Amino acid sequence: MSTEPPLVSFTGVTRSYGEGGGLVRALAGVDLTIGRGEFIAIMGPSGSGKSTAMNIIGCLDRPTGGSFRFLGQEVNNLDQDQRALLRRNFIGFVFQGFNLLNRTTAIENVELPLIYRGTPRRERRERAMEALHRVGLKGREHHTPGELSGGQQQRVAIARAIVTDPLLLLADEPTGNLDTQRSQEIMELIARLNTERGITVVMVTHEPDMAAHAHRIIHFLDGRIASDQQKAAA
Amino acid sequence: MLWETVKLAMSSIRRNVLRSVLTLLGIVIGVGAVIAMVTLGNGASSKVQENLAKLGSNMLIVRPGQSTFGPGGTSDARAFDERDVTALKNNLTGIRGVAPTAQKQAKTVYGSLNYDTSVTGTNSDWFAVQDWTLADGRVFSDSELRAGASVCVIGATLTRELFGAQDPIGERLRIGNFSCEVIGHMEAKGQSAFGSDQDSIVVLPMRTYHRRIAGNTRIGTISISVTDAQDIARVQRDAEDVLRERRRIVPGEEDDFTIRDLTQILATMASTTTILTGLLGAVAAVSLLVGGIGIMNIMLVSVTERTREIGIRLAIGALERQVLTQFLVEAVVLALFGGVLGIAIGLGLAAAGSAIMDVPFQADLRVIALAFAVSALIGVIFGFFPARRAARLDPIEALRRE
Repeated sequence: MSTEPPLVSFTGVTRSYGEGGGLVRALAGVDLTIGRGEFIAIMGPSGSGKSTAMNIIGCLDRPTGGSFRFLGQEVNNLDQDQRALLRRNFIGFVFQGFNLLNRTTAIENVELPLIYRGTPRRERRERAMEALHRVGLKGREHHTPGELSGGQQQRVAIARAIVTDPLLLLADEPTGNLDTQRSQEIMELIARLNTERGITVVMVTHEPDMAAHAHRIIHFLDGRIASDQQKAAA
Repeated sequence: MLWETVKLAMSSIRRNVLRSVLTLLGIVIGVGAVIAMVTLGNGASSKVQENLAKLGSNMLIVRPGQSTFGPGGTSDARAFDERDVTALKNNLTGIRGVAPTAQKQAKTVYGSLNYDTSVTGTNSDWFAVQDWTLADGRVFSDSELRAGASVCVIGATLTRELFGAQDPIGERLRIGNFSCEVIGHMEAKGQSAFGSDQDSIVVLPMRTYHRRIAGNTRIGTISISVTDAQDIARVQRDAEDVLRERRRIVPGEEDDFTIRDLTQILATMASTTTILTGLLGAVAAVSLLVGGIGIMNIMLVSVTERTREIGIRLAIGALERQVLTQFLVEAVVLALFGGVLGIAIGLGLAAAGSAIMDVPFQADLRVIALAFAVSALIGVIFGFFPARRAARLDPIEALRRE
């Protein structure tokens, strides 16, 4: 079991911006390991480094120091395209602002990652349909974001994130723009994806109610991990 | 993948119809202007070529005096006479014919109709030298030429104006108080290179013309037709020698006559047209350049405007190359739309212009293909910089942008 490398491992990861006197250390030495199937909530005040950590986990950013491995592979040495391939093959993103393409139907939005993968048209359609149905959007396939409510838009975004069957779902305040009712529904959906499909979920959130769905809660403070609590019961 | 990219590009163009059309405008105007210019220019040069052929090929024109180019350039220099013509005929080799001409404008009358026309005295070589074709009848016989008989051959305009549907052969025309029998009439030649109607003409034997019309024995012009184009320069030199001797011009003294190579003059005219076409084409090409810069500008705006969209694409796994291709294809599709529109408009303008200027409409497929290719190239060149900027965006920065 331990022969397989962990999904994500941070060893003394630092990330700083600027230089000289204007140097800002967003991450000041972080050690973290995320295994497959985990459901993690990352919390912390703004400026604590949690977004930077998310960007590094998502292979959008690279550490300036230390080692970050994704599936055992050192990401520091990968160029933009190689990191794009990691994202494309293993990671799904859900953003606070949904980030769907405007004037583009739900199904076309969901198909987008598959287009970049070069999946044939017919298979693409089928998989996009299936993903939309799984997030409960049957019958809304040809609506554009403008014709959908916030909760529905976030469901489209989740469908887009899982259409590639990723190992890791990264959610950056996925419920930040939604009311309580919708937020609960989205969280239940994400939790179900974790339990039923075994997708590892890493989620940034401000709200303890949302974090409560996770099995492990990590608090960031001043670029370091302040606490890392494993919940007893799954 | 490429087809998907083209579809993406098309839908993005459709989303901004007005902006896209305005972007296209530069290309449309540029391509349209190039196509219109080149097509019209081609028509004009082929018209000049046609005139060149009508004049008769390999022709030398001999005139008394050091006249300037163009009709009517006469001087007080001695005119030629029939012995000059005979001397040229006897001493030159490699020629098809030597035709003297003397001309005068006069009113020709038939019945109750009259028409102002050019009355020309010449010999029977003239028809071949000037490339005339008889529609019916015959040319002058040697005896008619020697005797100065009252016979004439008429041009197509005169046939139409004076005789209409009637057969003119055997009828008698009156010019002043001289009358002659029509023995032949000629096929139409159309306008001369200088714009006058060549078919408004009555041709008389030279002696008849001298005695009955002119009242003197002057010969205004001698045309020499050379058999082989390569001999033109040699024949020109020989003719000069013959005439200098005939006119007793001592060595060192200037000629008191001019020999012109008409083919050369018209070839110069044709090349002038070509140069003019080229110049206008160059002006049009500048507007193509401006059109290209317009496309670049719009694409840059588009990249800035769609930063977030590009960020999303990059985040979900688009490669640099794929984003680059998308924006490049968008620029090329835009430019090609413009090109096609421009080609259509340019051809339309050229067709209208050809009709107005009375030149043949000659659409050149190669030019059209070239304009199409150039449009695509403009899309690639001016689309590349914005596309690269899009592809090189930092996904984190791009996603943060509202």
